[in-house]
Amino acid sequence: MKTLETEVAIVGAGSAGLSAACQARNAGAKVLVIDENSRPGGQLFKQIHKFFGSHEHQAGTRGYVIGQKLLKKTQDCGADVMLNSLVYGIQPEDLTMGIIQNGKNCQLHAKKIIIAAGAKENYLPFPGSTLPGVMGAGAAQTMINVNRVLPGKKIVMMGSGNVGLIVSYQLMQAGADVLGIVEGAPKIGGYGVHAGKIRRAGVPFYLGHTIKQVYGKDCVEAVEIAKVDEKFNSIEGTEMMIEADTVCMAVGLNPMTELAWMAGCQFDFIPAFGGHVPLHDWNMETTIPGVYVAGDITGVEEASTAMEEGNLAGVAAAEALGYLSEQDAAEKKAAIVERLNTLRCGPFGEGRRKFKEHQIADMEALKRGEFVGRCIEK
Amino acid sequence: MNDDVLICRCQEITRGEILEAIHDGATTVDGVKRRTRACMGLCQGKTCERLIQGIIAEETGKNRAEIQPQKTRMPVRPLKLSVLGGSRKDEV
Repeated sequence: MKTLETEVAIVGAGSAGLSAACQARNAGAKVLVIDENSRPGGQLFKQIHKFFGSHEHQAGTRGYVIGQKLLKKTQDCGADVMLNSLVYGIQPEDLTMGIIQNGKNCQLHAKKIIIAAGAKENYLPFPGSTLPGVMGAGAAQTMINVNRVLPGKKIVMMGSGNVGLIVSYQLMQAGADVLGIVEGAPKIGGYGVHAGKIRRAGVPFYLGHTIKQVYGKDCVEAVEIAKVDEKFNSIEGTEMMIEADTVCMAVGLNPMTELAWMAGCQFDFIPAFGGHVPLHDWNMETTIPGVYVAGDITGVEEASTAMEEGNLAGVAAAEALGYLSEQDAAEKKAAIVERLNTLRCGPFGEGRRKFKEHQIADMEALKRGEFVGRCIEK
Repeated sequence: MNDDVLICRCQEITRGEILEAIHDGATTVDGVKRRTRACMGLCQGKTCERLIQGIIAEETGKNRAEIQPQKTRMPVRPLKLSVLGGSRKDEV
């Protein structure tokens, strides 16, 4: 079996992984990024909308352009990116990683590991949810924006968070009709800017509703929605039928934590971040020395925060390897944390900042030997 | 919710079967998995694991924080045995 060696191994070539790669490589470390996909860039290349935030977070720039810039930066700095390669495990004893590269098994020894594996979509079960035509909103977005295939003509979107809103709009741009956005909560989940665009296009929002059942013989033909009570159970007698051929589910994401569990990391449970998330400090280092995390795996947020977390992890790994002096690293990290704080503010970001502080406080508690796993709801 | 709803699509395990496993004594995802084969299909629980965590919490009254994901082992994705062990063709 082939054995590979590197100083910093990064799992995932998305926003977080590539940002980490640039930081570590520019500081002088040997870097290898591994991704199971055939193209790098993660979710960035599906984002055809303009990003928000401040100028330094490239507000007003479309996601895929940010992706192109990040790719160019990665190529220019000389970090190795290995595609079509799956990290299928980490040995907790010595942190050796197992990789299938183009169908061949090999092992990788790295001095530092940064896990930036991202997140996956939640799924909502209801009668008919296995019919062809029911899919994740992320899947629909991949179909239209990457593969240029329209998943259907008449869409019902479940979920009004940013993913639901943005994908609805992009489906309309791609030529589909969005017949309604169904949301269990009494109010729209995502940003007003995204919701406004959809409202102006005349798409109805069914707030306080859920999908009760999807009907169809071989594929989706009709969607039955109903009002819900405060426990999200559908209320008899409030049902309504929508003729549709596609149902998209945008009901949240959850971190891809398998490798972190396998390495032996300790976890918190933070529903707002998507469930169990690994503890980490401001260096993004987990409870396993030398194993770092960045991006959605640390708690589902946004591409901009993922990139900054990647920057932090990359700087910290380079510092730990001796490529950056303590002072240089501290300056870089302080600037990144400041940018992270500007991303984690406002009505949506404030909550995320509080949860992140809890997560890091629990890491500190663990270092003092006082950590008890807990559920952080508020 | 309807007990006939499919929770694990890969292995075609319904909510009713998950409940049965919990009533049989399963208190963890692994317990449900061993009794029903849920999480053992092609996606390895990527879709159903969270739903199962939720059903266990609901049925047992435990805090969701306590219901951990299934024990992770290599490989995290289904692999062909020939990739790990080499195929006969490689030997000759």
